[in-house]
Amino acid sequence: MNYLRLNINSREIKVKPGTTVLQAAQASGTYIPTLCADPDLKPHGGCRLCIVEVKGMRNMPTACTTIVSEDMVVNTETEAVHKERRSVIDLIIADHPMDCLTCIKNQRCELQDVAAYLGITERNLPRTIKQKPIDDSNPFFTFNHNYCILCQRCTRTCDEITGVNAIEIINRGYNSKVSTFGDKPLMESICKSCGECVARCPVAALVAKNSIMPTSKIETTCPYCGVGCMMELGIRNGKIVSVEGSRSSQANNGRLCVKGRYGIADFVQHPERLVQPLLRKSNTLIETSWEEALNIVAQKLSAYSGDQIAVIASAKCTNEDNYIVQKFARSVLGTNNIDHCARL
Amino acid sequence: MAKIKTSKLSAGQRTVFLCHGTGCVSNEAFAIRKAFEKSIERLQLTDIKVDFTGCHGFCEQGPIVFVQPEGIFYAHVSLDDVEEIVYSHFRDNKPLERLMYKDPSSSEIVPYFKDINFYKKQRHIVLRNCGRINPERIEDYIATDGYQALQKVLFSMTPHQVIDEVKISGLRGRGGAGFPTATKWQFCHDAPSDKKYLICNADEGDPGAFMDRSMMEGDPHSVIEGMAIAAYATGATEGYIYIRAEYPLAVNRTKFAIKEAEERGFLGKNILGSDFSLKIHIKEGAGAFVCGEETALIASIEGRRGMPSSRPPFPTQSGLWGKPTNINNVKTLATVPLIILHGGKSYSQTGTEKNRGTSIFALTGKINCMGLVEVPMGTKLADIIFDIGGGIPNGKKLKAVQTGGPSGGCLPANMINLPVEYEAFANAGSIMGSGGMVVMDEDTCMVDVARFFISFTQSESCGKCVPCRLGTKQMLNILENICQGRGNITDIDLLQNLAQSIKVSSLCGLGQTAPNPVLTTLSYFRDEYEEHINDRRCRAAVCTGLVTYSIIAEKCPGCGLCIRECPVQAVTSSGKKKPVILDQSKCTKCGACFNICRLGAIAVK
Amino acid sequence: MNSAFTREINSILSDFSQERGNLIPILQHVQEKFGYLPEEAIQAIADFLHVSSSTVYSVSTFYTQFKLTPLGEEVVKICRGTACHVRGGPTLQRDIERRLSIKPGETTKDMKYSLETVACVGACALAPVMIVNNRVYGKMTPKKVAELFNGKN
Repeated sequence: MNYLRLNINSREIKVKPGTTVLQAAQASGTYIPTLCADPDLKPHGGCRLCIVEVKGMRNMPTACTTIVSEDMVVNTETEAVHKERRSVIDLIIADHPMDCLTCIKNQRCELQDVAAYLGITERNLPRTIKQKPIDDSNPFFTFNHNYCILCQRCTRTCDEITGVNAIEIINRGYNSKVSTFGDKPLMESICKSCGECVARCPVAALVAKNSIMPTSKIETTCPYCGVGCMMELGIRNGKIVSVEGSRSSQANNGRLCVKGRYGIADFVQHPERLVQPLLRKSNTLIETSWEEALNIVAQKLSAYSGDQIAVIASAKCTNEDNYIVQKFARSVLGTNNIDHCARL
Repeated sequence: MAKIKTSKLSAGQRTVFLCHGTGCVSNEAFAIRKAFEKSIERLQLTDIKVDFTGCHGFCEQGPIVFVQPEGIFYAHVSLDDVEEIVYSHFRDNKPLERLMYKDPSSSEIVPYFKDINFYKKQRHIVLRNCGRINPERIEDYIATDGYQALQKVLFSMTPHQVIDEVKISGLRGRGGAGFPTATKWQFCHDAPSDKKYLICNADEGDPGAFMDRSMMEGDPHSVIEGMAIAAYATGATEGYIYIRAEYPLAVNRTKFAIKEAEERGFLGKNILGSDFSLKIHIKEGAGAFVCGEETALIASIEGRRGMPSSRPPFPTQSGLWGKPTNINNVKTLATVPLIILHGGKSYSQTGTEKNRGTSIFALTGKINCMGLVEVPMGTKLADIIFDIGGGIPNGKKLKAVQTGGPSGGCLPANMINLPVEYEAFANAGSIMGSGGMVVMDEDTCMVDVARFFISFTQSESCGKCVPCRLGTKQMLNILENICQGRGNITDIDLLQNLAQSIKVSSLCGLGQTAPNPVLTTLSYFRDEYEEHINDRRCRAAVCTGLVTYSIIAEKCPGCGLCIRECPVQAVTSSGKKKPVILDQSKCTKCGACFNICRLGAIAVK
Repeated sequence: MNSAFTREINSILSDFSQERGNLIPILQHVQEKFGYLPEEAIQAIADFLHVSSSTVYSVSTFYTQFKLTPLGEEVVKICRGTACHVRGGPTLQRDIERRLSIKPGETTKDMKYSLETVACVGACALAPVMIVNNRVYGKMTPKKVAELFNGKN
């Protein structure tokens, strides 16, 4: 493999050809502020915050769209660069609500991060913000256009990642807005509510409903289908309060669908959910132990064999569970009558 | 090698040429032509032909009638005048003095086209055929050596030789940035690919510019021939002409010209029997100024929102559908056949060392002779404004010249000796742009001009990048406040800082140049800003928020002219021979009363 | 959606291949036919080109040429080019706004007039310029505006 050498802030770095300056910087632990870049999306170059100085280049290029070339010399921390970044942030702040303490994204907001990094302590420009509508139609998340900074991470996600293209930018310039066909509420659109856009929104424009900050996280597999998406459940006080896709999983690369993202906590914590086996005794279901239940099942199953018996597995089991089921059916029960309810 | 059949232009035959450019057509030029045909037929003047040409470039004088071979030029011809011209000029052989062109400065009658100052001091190289040939007849173009250059290229030159010839000519992109054309072609030529494209950028969106419109209306074949040569040099086999839908006449003429060229074998498969093929499509723009920017234009052809993307990669590496794409302006392409035919060296004789050839401007605004002007590079602004343009009307003083449209700047009257050169304009804070030149007199408010341009770029901003989307909005808000008398002296620094950072940090050319009108007016006309803010005064009486009209009682005899003129009934009579009364609460400050009053009885402050 | 409408849309679509690059020309043809872009048409175009209806809607709202609501019988466009601006364009615009009691982008309630502003129409030498149903009227004065509108009413 060929490597290219470049120099970022006087440090020598080696990267693979095709790497962007932003990726190179991030890989070497150098922070470059950005609001529109996302590791899963193609470079956009819209927020202009990742501008850097590159020796020999006339203007300040954006790190996210500039491909590394051999012996490139990049400086991400000059005063000139910071000055321009501050003017960009000034413009965004003048067009953004200033209610950080009461904002749901407080402390999880990328705009806050960038403003803090650039040392913004006051609003320098007159307000341009106007009252904009809130789309509350979706049962799982809210779209509050007042917070939207038009970074287009959501629309690009809907295009590049999910391929649904339910949301797009409509109108142009200052009147641009993320919206749907006919500028209708999300629920009247072809949106599948997968929430991939919500996961990527850097600010409080797209936020999950009823979301509170967890105190710990548990990694698990999504119980909805056989894909085996890995997810991180956010736990607080013994309850699931948030769900995120695990980036480390090769099955889903951090992605989830509407069921995994928004359909877990409700059924896991549902008061009527079965958590113990029930045994029917004289027409009444009575809670029993796992040991007793399994004994009874084993006893009853051993009365049948071969074509006398069929096995139906659940799509809510993992792939591994289903593998065990069919193995059990074929080699223990001796039947090939196996089906699966993968029709969730 | 196929031989192009040439014919001579119908020299000698007496012909009445009607100008059929957009300007004249909007004044019934079609009907006037029909009237000529009828009248001539009725008088059985069989030796007289009626024909039409594209734009003469002197649209303000339209409808224009041009009689050849004597070269007599009639201006402002109306339907009612047709009979009189035919009787007097053709039947009685007495050219009609009443409709001849009158020089605005000397008020003298100028019968002959060749003597008109507006044309006399120009040098028509690119515009060589505009107004001289019928744009809907390919034979006319062929008769002026048309398609000879294409033939020469196809059968006696390699792509390298073509690029070298253009290099020798020193031709620079006429779209505004002035990038060397040969270098661009070389990049595209060198980019390895199975397919390459060529785009002719005719998306002339600059308000106040109509050079490309006139070219496409008046001489579409020179652009098509230029495209074919450029395609041969760069290796493109498919071409697009991206033209504004707001120019319906130009679109139709171009479509027709492509059809004619295909029928004659100048376009299509195996052009003139060679193994070079080129298919040209027309794409009509849908009303977005930003699509003049190369990457946005490509997005638009691909059926997407016309949003620019970061360069590099440049279109010559990865353009339309990801393939190497060479994009040239209309005027650049129209120049190419000449360079090939007469040699790059001959072309480079015109102009100055770094700026070869000629430049075309749309000269408009507060100027006596408005129209299309082609002059050698290096010509002084003063020569264009006073010698060609005939100076400022109504004895007013020149205040500023705005070049380059919304991306350009306002150059003050004392910089009038600036030569027409890319670098000279850039150093002064403006740009050549695609060639809009708007002359402003003392009745023009420079703060209002800055506000006007920012309001244009603000509404044309695509919205992709923050500096342009939000920055132009901020600048517009500040400028509107100043124009309405709500400005604060700190606004000037705020504007200056905003303008500078938008210039540096915007994604594309639109944002990077949008602050130019603000920056130039701030540096050359700062006193006007200060006056608006400190004294709440607009010296040009343009900013309605700062203007008050009042009646000077001792001068007003109550004639009532202004009462009839006022569109909102703000002026009323106070009795016979008594001064009129102006109700300030109703006045919309339109200035209609001020303009109509001949006694100077209305004061404006 | 009635069948005549479907037929008309389909007849426009049948002139084109199903390539994304044809989106803007298709929208132009549909608008030419109907005077605006009806929602059903946008959906049909989206299906034809295999893109989402939001995408087609997004493209239509980007370009000023495209209208999503029907326009009045007479479409009055005022040029906002530079030459027009310095030669009385704003006064012309205010005059017409007052006459029609609408702002640019609006249509009168009786659907008689729509008012729009356009970027330069390239007839700068005739400034100030206005266009009524694609006919260019140059060197406009309050008097000429009055004649034009009173003649029509």
